[in-house]
Formats: sequence, C-alpha cells, structure tokens
Amino acid sequence: MPEERYDGAWPRVAVRKTHKLYIGGAFPRSESGRSYPVASADGEHLANAGMASRKDARDAVAAARKAFPGWAGRTAYNRGQVLYRVAEMMEGRRAQFAAELAAATGAERAEAEQEVSAAIDRWVYYAGWTDKAAQVLGGTNPVSGPFDNRSAPEPTGVVAVLAPQDAPLLGLVSVLAPVVAMGNTAVLAASESAPLPAVALAEVLATSDLPGGVANVLTGRTAELAPPLAAHADVNALDLAGAGELAADLEEAAAQTLKRVLRPDPAVVWSADPGLSRIRPFLETKTVWHPVGI
Amino acid sequence: MPQTASAAEQAPTNRALREFLHGLPGVDEVGARERAAGLATRSVKTTAKAAALDLAVRMVDLTTLEGADTPGKVRALAAKARRPDPDDPSAPSAAAVCVYSDLVGVAVEALRGSGVGVASVATAFPSGRAPLEAKLADTRRAVADGATEIDMVIDRGAFLSGDYRKVHEEITAVKQACGGAHLKVILETGELATLDNVRRASWLAMGAGADFIKTSTGKVAPAATPPVVLVMLEAVRGHRAATGRTVGVKPAGGIRTAKDAVRNLVMVQEVAGPRWLDPALFRIGASSLLNDLLMQRSKLRTGAYAGPDYFTID
Amino acid sequence: MSGTSGTDTDGGRAGDGAAEPAQDQNRARAERKGSRLDGQPLEYAPAPESRSVVRLREAYDPFIDGEFVPAETGEHLTTANPADEEPLAQVALCGEADVDRAVAAARRAFDAVWRELPGAERGKYLFRIARILQERSREIAVLETLDNGKPIKETRDFDVPTAAAHFFYHAGWADKLAFAGMGPDPRPVGVCAQVVPWNFPLLMLAWKIAPALAAGNTVVLKPAETTPLSALLFAEVCQEAGLPPGVVNIVTGDGGTGRTLVEHPGADKVAFTGSTEVGRGIARALAGSGKRLTLELGGKGANIVYDDAALDQAVEGVVNGVFFNQGHVCCAGSRLLVQESVAEEFLERLRARMALLRLGDPLDKNTDIGAVNSAAQLERIRDLAETGRAEGAHAWSPPCPLPERGHWFPPTVFTGVTQAHRVAREEVFGPVLSVLTFRTPEEAVAKANNTPYGLSAGVWTEKGSRMLWTAERLRAGVVWSNTFNKFDPASPFGGYKESGYGREGGRHGLEAYLA
Repeated sequence: MPEERYDGAWPRVAVRKTHKLYIGGAFPRSESGRSYPVASADGEHLANAGMASRKDARDAVAAARKAFPGWAGRTAYNRGQVLYRVAEMMEGRRAQFAAELAAATGAERAEAEQEVSAAIDRWVYYAGWTDKAAQVLGGTNPVSGPFDNRSAPEPTGVVAVLAPQDAPLLGLVSVLAPVVAMGNTAVLAASESAPLPAVALAEVLATSDLPGGVANVLTGRTAELAPPLAAHADVNALDLAGAGELAADLEEAAAQTLKRVLRPDPAVVWSADPGLSRIRPFLETKTVWHPVGI
Repeated sequence: MPQTASAAEQAPTNRALREFLHGLPGVDEVGARERAAGLATRSVKTTAKAAALDLAVRMVDLTTLEGADTPGKVRALAAKARRPDPDDPSAPSAAAVCVYSDLVGVAVEALRGSGVGVASVATAFPSGRAPLEAKLADTRRAVADGATEIDMVIDRGAFLSGDYRKVHEEITAVKQACGGAHLKVILETGELATLDNVRRASWLAMGAGADFIKTSTGKVAPAATPPVVLVMLEAVRGHRAATGRTVGVKPAGGIRTAKDAVRNLVMVQEVAGPRWLDPALFRIGASSLLNDLLMQRSKLRTGAYAGPDYFTID
Repeated sequence: MSGTSGTDTDGGRAGDGAAEPAQDQNRARAERKGSRLDGQPLEYAPAPESRSVVRLREAYDPFIDGEFVPAETGEHLTTANPADEEPLAQVALCGEADVDRAVAAARRAFDAVWRELPGAERGKYLFRIARILQERSREIAVLETLDNGKPIKETRDFDVPTAAAHFFYHAGWADKLAFAGMGPDPRPVGVCAQVVPWNFPLLMLAWKIAPALAAGNTVVLKPAETTPLSALLFAEVCQEAGLPPGVVNIVTGDGGTGRTLVEHPGADKVAFTGSTEVGRGIARALAGSGKRLTLELGGKGANIVYDDAALDQAVEGVVNGVFFNQGHVCCAGSRLLVQESVAEEFLERLRARMALLRLGDPLDKNTDIGAVNSAAQLERIRDLAETGRAEGAHAWSPPCPLPERGHWFPPTVFTGVTQAHRVAREEVFGPVLSVLTFRTPEEAVAKANNTPYGLSAGVWTEKGSRMLWTAERLRAGVVWSNTFNKFDPASPFGGYKESGYGREGGRHGLEAYLA
C-alpha cells in the first residue's frame, strides 16, 4: 500500500482491510480462526484471507436456505432491480476492483479495467434476464384435453458455486449472477489463489439491497470446502466451474442426493455472451394442470 | 337441507336458501365428465345385461308429450306400456305412461288394473311460465283424474335470477296439491347451464319436498347427459345421508338406446348405490328407448340380432 | 398384511354419504317389502378381453441392428403373467458382448444414416411408428396386460394410445429442432442408453425413444426384467416401419444388463426411469464421464384437499391418484393431505368409493385394480404396510377377495398417519394411501414439501387464488390442480430434488437429446 505523508511529518499508516467471509449478510471471521496468505501474481504478499472451514460452509448453506423462500418469492422485476443495484455499486468501486484484479492476475491496469467493466456489465445483463427467462423457457402446452397446462421455470434452491480459479472477477460474477438472478441462493467458494476480488464483491453485495444470505462468499481451500458442499443434503445444485481435478469426485458426491451438477467446461470463454447457458442448469420446470370448465 | 315438505308453510328466506345452496361443495365439470365417461366403459354382458335390460324396461316412463297427442295415441301408448312385447310374456311392463294433464283420464282408463302408473306433466309444462294459480289448477285436475305421479317443471327464470324462494314455494305448493300423488320435479338442466346449478337445483327441489328429481322436459337440448345424471345421483345420495329421506332420480330426454340405459344403471349403482336400482327410485323418461331394450332382450334370448319391424311402434 | 380380504382395524366403514357397498344392500333389501330384486346390486358378469390377438413366441432374442439375433450369453430369463404366475415366454439375458454389439450398431446407424437424414424424413418414420402402434393397439394392450398385470382398461385407454401420441407428437419436432430453444442449429447427442421400468413398459419406452429419435439420436433400450415383451413387440413395429437398422436396439436382461448399458463407454447419453436408489447409483457411476444424464425417479406425491374442494371430484382424483395402475406410479398421490374440517366426511366418501374398486383378472374389462407386477414388489408393499401398522397407523381396505394365484394387494388406506411414519415418507409403489390432516394452507404446503422427493403434487380447491398460491409453493415438477395423473406428450414431466432431473415431454423434453 502506498504510504502518504500526513501533516508533512510522519508517514500515515494505512488502515488495512481484514478480509473476512460473507455469510448471511454479515462478515464473520472463519469460525476456525484460520487465515491464509494471499499473494499477487508476482508473488508479493497482499493480505491474509479468511480460511473458511467445513463449519463455515455449513453455516453458509443454512443462511442460503433461510434466505431462499424470500428471495425466490420476490417479483422478477424486483430481483432485476437488485441485480442492477449491484452493478451500480460496483461501478462506484471500479478503481478498487481494477487494482485488486491487477494485483491478483498481474494484468495491465487497462486490461484489468476492461475486465471490471465486463463484470459490471454482466450484472446488468442478468438484471435484464430476471423477468424474461420464464417467458423464454416456459409456456403453454397444448395438451389434448380440457386442461390449461403451463410450464414455468423455478429456482432450484441452494446452489453451491465453485468460482473459477483463474478468472477471479469476470469469472466470479459470471457464475454468481445467473444463479441469484432467477431466485436461487448461493454459497460461493472463491478462487483459492485470488480470493480478494470476491471479498470486495461481497462488500458490494452487502450494500446492494441483496438480502443477507442470498449470496454467501467463502474464501479458503477449494479442496476443503467443496466436498462438504457437494455432499450437503440441503444443497440442491452444484456449479463445478472452479473444481479442477476435484470435479469427478464432487459429481460423485453430489449423486447421493441427486443434485443438479453443472460440469466445468474447459473451453469456457468468460467474456463470451453466456445466453441462458448458466441460467438453465439451476432452474426446475414446474408444470401445472388445471381443468377448463364451467 | 334441513327442510322437509312439512315445513312448506314456513318457506325459508332467499338469503337462507342462497347461503345453503351456495355452501354445497362445487362440481368440477371436467372431473364430473371424466367420472361419467369412466363409468361408461363398464362392460355389462350376458347375465348382467339381461338383468339390467329387464330392470330398465320396468323403469321406463313411456312418454308422449306432443301437441298432436290424441286419446287414440295415449291408448296405444298405454297398451305398449302394459305389454311392451306381445310376443314375449316374460317382458315386464313399463313403470308408467307420461302424458299431458288433459289426457290423464284416457290413460287411467286404459291402464286400470295393470299396475302401470299414470304420470302427468303439469305446471305449464314445458316452459313453466304461468301464474302459480294456473299451475296448481293444472296439478289438481290431473290428480283428480287419477294421475299417480305429477311431473312439474321449476321456474328456471326464477332460479337463474336467484329467486330460490319462489322456486321453493312453487314446489311446496304443487306438492301440497299433489295429495297422494308422487311429485317429480323437472329441473330442465339444459337451461341451468352449469353442474353447480344442477346440484343446487337438486337440493332446492329435494328440500321443498320432491319425491323425484328429473333432468329435463325433453324439449330442451342437452337433456339427460351423463354428467348431469351423475351430479343428481350424487345429490340424492347426499340428501339421504343428511336427512334420511330417499329421493328418486329420473333422467329424461336423449336416452334412446339400451346401451345408454344400461350406462345409466351403472351410474346409479356406482354413484348413488344399488338401493336406487329400483323403479320406485329411478325412472327413465323415454319413448323410442323401450323398443331398443326389447330388441336387445330378444338378442340375448335368441342369439340373433333383432329387427325393428318385429317390435310394435305406437 | 394378510391381504386376503377386507380389513378394518380402525372401525371405519362406508358411510351413507356415498354409494353403499353391496353388503348393506342385502340388509336393506330384506327390509323392503315386495319380492322383486329391486335395490339389489347389478353383478357385472365376467367380461374378459380375448388373448387370441396375441401370438407369443416361446423365446425372444434381443433386437440388434434391425434383426432379432441370439444373445451371445445363451442365457434366458422367464417372464411370467403376474396375475396367475404362468410363464409367458423366455427372453434373452443379454451380457456385455450383446450390449457392445447393440451400442456399436447404434453408433454405425447414428454416423451413417440417422444424423444425416433430413429431419422431415426422420419424422416420417416416427409418424409411421405412431400409426402402427394405433393399428396394432388391441394386440399391444393385451400383451402389455399379460406381461405387466395392469388392467386392460388402462392399457387399452391409456398406455397404448398415449404411447402412440408420443411418437406422433415428436415426429413433428424432427424438422423443427431449430425452434426447440437450443439455438439455431442444435445437434443430436449421439448414442443414447435408455433403461425403462416395469410400471408402464411401452409408454416409458415411447417417452424415451420418441424424443431421442426425433432429435437425431440412436438408441439402445433395455426394458425391465419383468416386462420385456412390449419392447420386443415394439422392435417388430420398427421393422414394420422400415426404420433403418441400428437406430433402435432392444437388449433384454436384468439389472446387470442395465448397468452394463448405462456404463458403456460408447453411450453419449443415459436416460433412466426407475427407483431413486438405482438412479443414485447411475449418477455416481457416470460422474466424471461427461455423459449426459437424465433421471426420472421416485416420488411421494401429496394430494392436498382444501375444505372448499369439489369433494366428489376430489375423491375421484385421490382414488385415481393412488390406485391407478395399482399405485405403481412414480408420481402417485400416495399422501392425502386433507383439511381437518372436512377430513371425516372426505374419508367416509373415500372409503365408500374404494369399496367400488374391482380387483381381479386384469383382462376383464371391468377390472379397476390388477395384479402387482412381481412377487418382489408385492413383498415390498407388504413390508411397508406392515411397518405402517406396527408404527400405529390404522389400515383399512374394502372387502376385496383376492385371487388365489398371482400377486395381489388390496387397495388400502392408512389413517392416523403422521409425517414420522415410514409409510408416509417412503415410496410404496403400491395401492396404499396415507392420510394426514392439516389446518392451514401454510401447514399443508409445509407438509407436502417435507420430503426428499419432488415429482408430483395435487391441490383441490374451488378458489382460484388459493390454488395458484399453493401450486406456486409446491416443490414438485408436476402440479395437478383439481385433477390428477394427467399426462400428455406436449406437457413436460419430471421431478425436483431426489425425484431426478431433466424433463420428458414437450419442448423441454427435447433439451436432453440436443447439444
């Protein structure tokens, strides 16, 4: 951190941030009391991040479950506005995100800023999907009988998201936004090596009208956090974007409760237009029949 | 409904009637149709069919209700009702003949000693659009001439406008005018439009003292459709459970084939219960049905399909 | 459960609020004057459908690459009629080599013919299949009833016509896949390994094969061990339709054959309908393989009856919901949640209605409840029913003599059940209804959702806003309101949570078969 002169006499001592977890709308330290050092792309120590434990993961799932009915029950228009608010809040902290991203990835400042822009725009993109996906994915089914028959998508519930390891901001937003856009709640495990943008994002979420518990952000060892999330019976779906070599084992663990699993796509390009590709996997189709008569 | 004929003097208020009738469980039309269609797939063969055909013959109210009716036509009908199949003495008689009130005397004369009843439509059949005095005079005259059963129509206009009290009062007044004759109350379900209304009208009529509830005049289509009969059978079953009084059901209009008649009996059995498989509690208002029943009887007896020229047309 | 006749352990009997059972009538008749048989039940005479339309072979080979070829294992299974336990035919017990051949044939057909064929032409084959199923409907219905034990009324009026409808519906998709919502140029997935259950053998086959073929995939399908015959007849239909060899392959066998098929490295996509236990195993086995997977698994559907429901239709819906197909229905409404204020009246009507159910010869056109498909399934049903009693719930069945031979279980309703009872939590897959009560809509929804399953649910109310409120909150893939157990090729079907993933039917169903 650059140190400034204060009062022309002594260098000012900067107030550093403690990087905490984000669970249920609060910023607790890991219940384990652990942290781990986070280094920049060129190996310089940046900060200590909270090292979440299995119990933190459990608490995050509980918070996400608690938040689910309320969030899913919001109108789609309202969820859209909340997501847009996230974009607004991020926009106000562009410089911080660009700096953290540059530090984390070693990218040039301009490149980092471009990625921040893309990440902000992605929230805007999904803010627009909230009240359209149901029309695109649902509809009326012309059954052969005197019945009204409609199918509409609904959020699947609590989604455990393993954020991509090597795209700590755009990748992070790209996996989190579609999950919460449609009314799911998320427990996100941040990129293990570059968790600081996720912590910054959590701070944005906390000030963005997103109800506490809708998005929960854990930093720590993916290999420690992912297995309990994959096996947790109160998790409905799993995004394995950042699972790496753990993917197959996690998918196997998820089978115990038939979780929906989005497998990692090695060819993914985070800057590409995602369409519905990350919305669809976390929706259930509910079909309702009703007789038509007098 | 906690009403019985004896309470006729204190007719309930419109409000009380509405609260009661609209508090009945609704009828889901699609579900009712499905149930009726499901029961229509029952296969009634051989011995069961023989029993059903005979019972159906004995349930027929052989009907003529034309402007062109004459004493001669009514006498012919009476002969048919008394002895539907002259070639087969085992064929039972029909339940009754059903005629306009001015021809009751002819029918009574022709049926004397046969055990076949004489039913008269009354109360400004089929529209029901006449002053109550005229309806009562019509009824009294028919009973005086010897009618054993009176088939009255309700005032559908009053029913549809929500004047349940008027419908109730007319039924109780006609019931009183019937004396010992059985009262069948025609709901004219084709004009009631919904099965909810059919259920409400059924309960209204039963509460006002009807001995039978009858679907239709035969002058309005649709008439005795399976879902309508189903709902009325549910109503008499429920009414008996609630009050202990057993009311009969008479589909009329549109039942022309033995197959239709047997399907009605299946509904009677599986919806109301076997208790109603009795001419005292279930009638079928028809004219051409009788010959089809006889042809099917003959087919069962001889093994060969029957031809219409071998059965009398009157 | 002894399963010999009507049982009444909680003093319940058919009330006057509903059609009276025959016994009461005898008494009533005796009281009535007169000697005619009035008021006596009409005893339906036997009305058996003829078996002569079906010509069973002594033994059946698997259908691979357009031909019936002997299995390399040389081993056979015997499939029997569950209604009398008489053997019907021998079918091959296919092994690895047979599955290999079938998958290879499907791959060749996929690469050489089927994926290349213009959609419109593919569609015409499906139209042909639909028509042949309609033409041979009587034969197929009787065969299905013989092999499965379900009533002819159901195979005739439901299984076979609905199977034909699925082919007809999907045929029209074959040249319109660009509109299926998977992008402008969707591609087929490849070779599909499909395993279907015994409860709707032909219909489940149709649900699997029709969308797969329409989307340009080829299939290897394994029918259930105890009900292979209609799938083998379907193979004949494919021949009759002139379907190119290898597009559809049918391998018969047991669970081991199924496992070999779904784990076969040559399969690109796996579709399974069956128990949650087996589905779990498949999901586990396929983890990391990259194979596409859809699962349609178990359920413990709740049927919520509010006090303002159209009660007579609700009774029908509840009866249909759990006794249709002997309750061998994954989406069965096996939990009745009835509002306390109408519970007593409703149960009275329900019992009276149950007393009208006719159990017996599945080929009799008046049979409502047929045979349980297998001895193993019967054992499972008995076990769970016995547990229900042991846990203190009251079982009631109408008087219902069971045939001496075959596998039978009487329609049974458990009252005094709570969410804690096993019979209210586990899928019975038999004609067993558990009754629970509730006081408020919130309680109804909470109880309905309180299960790891999420396949189906029912809601009965005459109030539109309450219906929609309830349907919105039910965590189930299919919600039937004021109706139950309705199916249509255009309507997506499939579950939430442990009832599986993916949808079958409608536009949604195509997603599983397109990349």
